[in-house]
Amino acid sequence: MSKEREALLDPLFNNNPIGLQVLGICSALAVTTGMSTALVMSLAVIFVLCCSNVAVSLIRNQIPSSIRIIVQLTIISSLVIITDQILKAFVYEISKQLSVFVGLIITNCIIMGRAEAYAMQNGPRMSFIDGLGNGLGYSVVLMAVAFVRELFGAGKLFGYTVLPLATEGGWYVPNGLMVLSPAAFFLIGGFIWAVRAWKPEQVEEDFRVGTLLEPGHEGSLR
Amino acid sequence: MLEHYLSLATKAVFVENMALAFFLGMCSFLAVSRKVETATGLGLAVIFVLGVTCPLNQILNDTFLKDGSLAWAGLGNVNLGFLSFLTLIGTIAAAVQIVEMTLDRFVPGLYNALGVFLPLIAVNCAILGASLFMVQRDYTLGEATVFGLGSGVGWALAIVALAAVREKLRYSNIPGPLRGLGATFIVVGLMSLGFMAFAGIQL
Repeated sequence: MSKEREALLDPLFNNNPIGLQVLGICSALAVTTGMSTALVMSLAVIFVLCCSNVAVSLIRNQIPSSIRIIVQLTIISSLVIITDQILKAFVYEISKQLSVFVGLIITNCIIMGRAEAYAMQNGPRMSFIDGLGNGLGYSVVLMAVAFVRELFGAGKLFGYTVLPLATEGGWYVPNGLMVLSPAAFFLIGGFIWAVRAWKPEQVEEDFRVGTLLEPGHEGSLR
Repeated sequence: MLEHYLSLATKAVFVENMALAFFLGMCSFLAVSRKVETATGLGLAVIFVLGVTCPLNQILNDTFLKDGSLAWAGLGNVNLGFLSFLTLIGTIAAAVQIVEMTLDRFVPGLYNALGVFLPLIAVNCAILGASLFMVQRDYTLGEATVFGLGSGVGWALAIVALAAVREKLRYSNIPGPLRGLGATFIVVGLMSLGFMAFAGIQL
C-alpha cells in the first residue's frame, strides 16, 4: 500500500509538478483569476492526465519509441476533444471563459511529461495513481493561486461576495493588480518560496529543467 | 490595409505578448532562458515555426474544419469543428518535422544552431496557442501570417530579455529557498508588469 500512497501523495508537495518539476505552468497562470474556472480546469486536467496515463501505459510495450511522441499526442488530443465537448455541453459559460486554454491541455507539459516519465515504464494501475497524484498537485497550486487572486482582486470566492466592495457600499477596495497577469507570476514565485522554505531539501543551487526537456533527468524522476 | 496589418503586428508583439500576457510557452520559457545565446536560438526557431504553422492551420481550418466550409465538396451542413484540436496539433508536429528535415538538408548551419530546440517546439504551447487564437478570432490568411510572425517575435523578445536578466541575476545573493525558479518567476512578473505599459497602444 505504501507505494501507492507515495505515488499519490508525493506530487502534492514533495515533488510538485509546478513547483519542482516546472511542468504545466502556462495554464496554471492563465486560468487562476477565479476559483470556479480554476476548479473546472483542475478537474479537466485530472481527467485527461489519469486517462492518458492509463492509455499510454496499456500500450507502452507496443509503441515503437521513434513515434511515441506522436502516439502520445494523439491519445491526449482525443481525450481533450472529449473534455472540451463535455465542458461545452454542461458548463458553457465557464468553457467560454477558459477559451483556448482547454485546447492547450494538449500541450500542457504535465501530461506529456508524466506519460513519458512514468506511464511508459509502469503498469496501468500505478500510472493511474500517479496521474491522480500529479493532477492533485497541479490543482493545489491552481486553487491556492486562484483563491488569493479572486479574494483580493474581486472580493469574491466562487463568484460569491466575501469582502463587500467599496463601490457597492462595502468597505473593501479591490487590489486591481491581482486580476492582471503579473500577480500570477508573483504568487507562484511566492508559493514556491514558501514550499521550499518548509522543505529545504528542494532548494536548488542551480536551475533544474522539467522531465520533458531533459529525459532521464534523475531529479524529477524520483 | 497596411495600417491594419501593422496594428495587428504591434498588438501581437507587445500588447498581447504570448509569454507575458497569455503565459504561453512558459515551460521552455523558464527552462531554456539561462543563457542569452541558447535563448536566441530557441527564439528564432519559434518565430520560424509560428510563421509557418499559423498560416498553414488557417488554410486547413478554412477549407475543412470551419462550419459550412465543406460546401465545396457538397457537404454544406457538415461541421468538423470538433476535430480542430487534433488537426492543429497534427499539423504542428508534422510541420516541425518537415522544417527540421529541410533545414538539415539545405541549411545545415541554421540547423546546427537551432539543434535540439526544433523537436521541443512541437510541444510548446505558444505554437498551438497562436493557432487556437487564430481559429477563435477568425483571421484571414494574411492576418494569420502577420499574427504568427508577430507572436513569434514577441515571444523571442521576451525570452532573450529574461535570459539577459538571469545572467546578471547569477551574481546576486538571493535567499536560499527563493533561488532558481522562485526568483525567476518574480523577475518574469516584473517584466510582465513592464509590458503592461504597452496596453492601450493603438496604431
